Amino acid sequence: MAELLVWPALIAYGEAAFAYAGELRGRGRYGSLGIWGVRIGWLAQTALLVAQAFTADGFPWGTWAGALNLLSWLVVSGYLIWGCKPRYRLVGLAVMPVAVALLGLAWAGGGTGVETTDRGGWVLALHAGLMLAAFACFTVAAAMALLYLVEERRLKRRDATVLRLRLPSLGALDRLATRVAFTGLVLLSAGIAVGLTRLQAGDLDAAMTVTIVIWALYGLTLVLRWEAGVRGRRLAWSLLTGFALVAVVLPLTHFAA
Amino acid sequence: MKLALAGVSHHRAPLELRERVAIDLASAGALAHELADAEPTTEAVVLSTCNRTELYLASEDEPGVEGAADRALLALAGDDAATLGPVAYRLADEAAALHLFRVAAGLDSLVPGEGEILGQVRDAFEAGAAGPLLDQTFRMALHAGRRARVETAIGESPASVPAAAAALAEQVFDGLGGRSVVLVGAGRTSELTARNLRSRGARITVVVNRSLDRAEQLADAFGATAVELDGLGAALAHADVVVSSTSAPGFVLTAPELTASLRSRRGRPVLFVDLAVPRDIDPALASIDGCFVYDVDDLEAVVAASLQGRRAEAVEAERIVAAEAERFRGWQASLSVVPAIASLRARAEEIRAAELARIEARLGHLPEGERDIVDTVTAQIVNKLLHLPTVRMKEAAVTPDGLLYADVVRHLFGLEEDE
Repeated sequence: MAELLVWPALIAYGEAAFAYAGELRGRGRYGSLGIWGVRIGWLAQTALLVAQAFTADGFPWGTWAGALNLLSWLVVSGYLIWGCKPRYRLVGLAVMPVAVALLGLAWAGGGTGVETTDRGGWVLALHAGLMLAAFACFTVAAAMALLYLVEERRLKRRDATVLRLRLPSLGALDRLATRVAFTGLVLLSAGIAVGLTRLQAGDLDAAMTVTIVIWALYGLTLVLRWEAGVRGRRLAWSLLTGFALVAVVLPLTHFAA
Repeated sequence: MKLALAGVSHHRAPLELRERVAIDLASAGALAHELADAEPTTEAVVLSTCNRTELYLASEDEPGVEGAADRALLALAGDDAATLGPVAYRLADEAAALHLFRVAAGLDSLVPGEGEILGQVRDAFEAGAAGPLLDQTFRMALHAGRRARVETAIGESPASVPAAAAALAEQVFDGLGGRSVVLVGAGRTSELTARNLRSRGARITVVVNRSLDRAEQLADAFGATAVELDGLGAALAHADVVVSSTSAPGFVLTAPELTASLRSRRGRPVLFVDLAVPRDIDPALASIDGCFVYDVDDLEAVVAASLQGRRAEAVEAERIVAAEAERFRGWQASLSVVPAIASLRARAEEIRAAELARIEARLGHLPEGERDIVDTVTAQIVNKLLHLPTVRMKEAAVTPDGLLYADVVRHLFGLEEDE
């Protein structure tokens, strides 16, 4: 019965994605509908995850579909930290479609069911949880980077409506994206460290190699941001490249193996 | 009670006439008290801004108050009273209240949604001599004004070129607190823009001008450093916003000269605001990472789009004002049944007190506490019995049958004799 909670979550997230698109037509009309959609969907999904956690004997999100379910929840949770403020609400324009897609895929892959499972011990749970939380941070950072590029383009092109339809300021997007990416890097480092405790000689595969590359890319991006003052468009592209590795290359290498 | 309004505004009265009747806040307050003390008026508030002067008067003497408002307005105009008369407007009761609500919401302003008027209405109200009617009317107007600003974006977008430049700077940076502004040229427009930027937290650090004297004057006003044009390159090194408005015939800031230093900023943003015609800033600078260049045409286009947005929001704000005006109408209508309700309650209380007095002898043996209980219970019975009729009479007050209800109650309970 609890697995039906995926539907209110999906519907509410979908409604939020549409509402944020509607917000482009006029501030305030659809934005509050959007944020309420996110809140209601998040509560429904949280209830679903709690039901899954109580039913399972071990870590219930060990499959790829289950991982996507947890990842979408983490992405929305990350967004909610800022999204409740009207100034940053439109970050949801980039985040919510991703959350809908992730949860939809999770449902299609059977990752939203509530059943008794045994998918490994707490080390796996900790490792997977940290990795997914890191990827959620990278997703939110990428959404902010994308909005940065959109807003920068509008300002460069001297779009007359740039003040009528206000996205968060470039400075705020740059600062928040950096902060979220740093949080993601810390979580990823911890996740890798936990994973290393189970690693045996000869276990290094393509997915692990890509994970190390992702870690190095984000690390380099942040070092350049703080030490060499690289920011703005370059930082945004760097964060989007990192996200492309997370979203495309990592799953391909993981499931190919 | 009767509410009357006489006023002139930018809609029909030219500036020469408006300035004849414009008065400062202290004088407006004094005039309001003077009017409230004179027959037949009992309440008065005078609102005077650069775009309007309006006298709101209220009185028990219904026919006299409109004439009093009109006479007071014409008296302000002095010798120009004959010219002022035809362009003045006179409104009464709901129409006057609706007008005030629209004024407070910024819907009657030259620039829709402008922010100052709400404060001006509040100041006029506080300085005036408001009684029961004007107090409620102005409170509801202020509430309507606040709702219009909170629930719509009518007051959010900039309505002038300097405000647009400052808002653009806020869109580039994460707040303007501590941001460094360089002024190139010491003209009036760049000064206005600088003031707008400073009001949002930016620091005016350098004023660059061909004439050092003028640069120093402006620099002193902002606590900045004045330099001549040859010091421009060094001044730009740490600038976040550059506002330029010289009368130079060609570009003062060119791409070939600045590209190297701007690239070394590694994407650290800089906003160039070019207020000069012909332009001072080479538009090619916009191609450098982190550089944003806006000229006068761009800023005016932004302002035009903002005003268009304000007009769109005004439709929603009008809806809010209409709802508040309806609430006012309900409140005012309820006043007509208040005497009947008061008489009914007084009669009921009178009967209760008389009955308690009649059985005093029989209650005399009861302890004090129990006598209090009897008193409380009888009061509660009366209140419960009268609650529904009171609510129904107030509800009916806003309908055409409102007074009929009041008359029926007076007749049924024999209240005419009391009144």
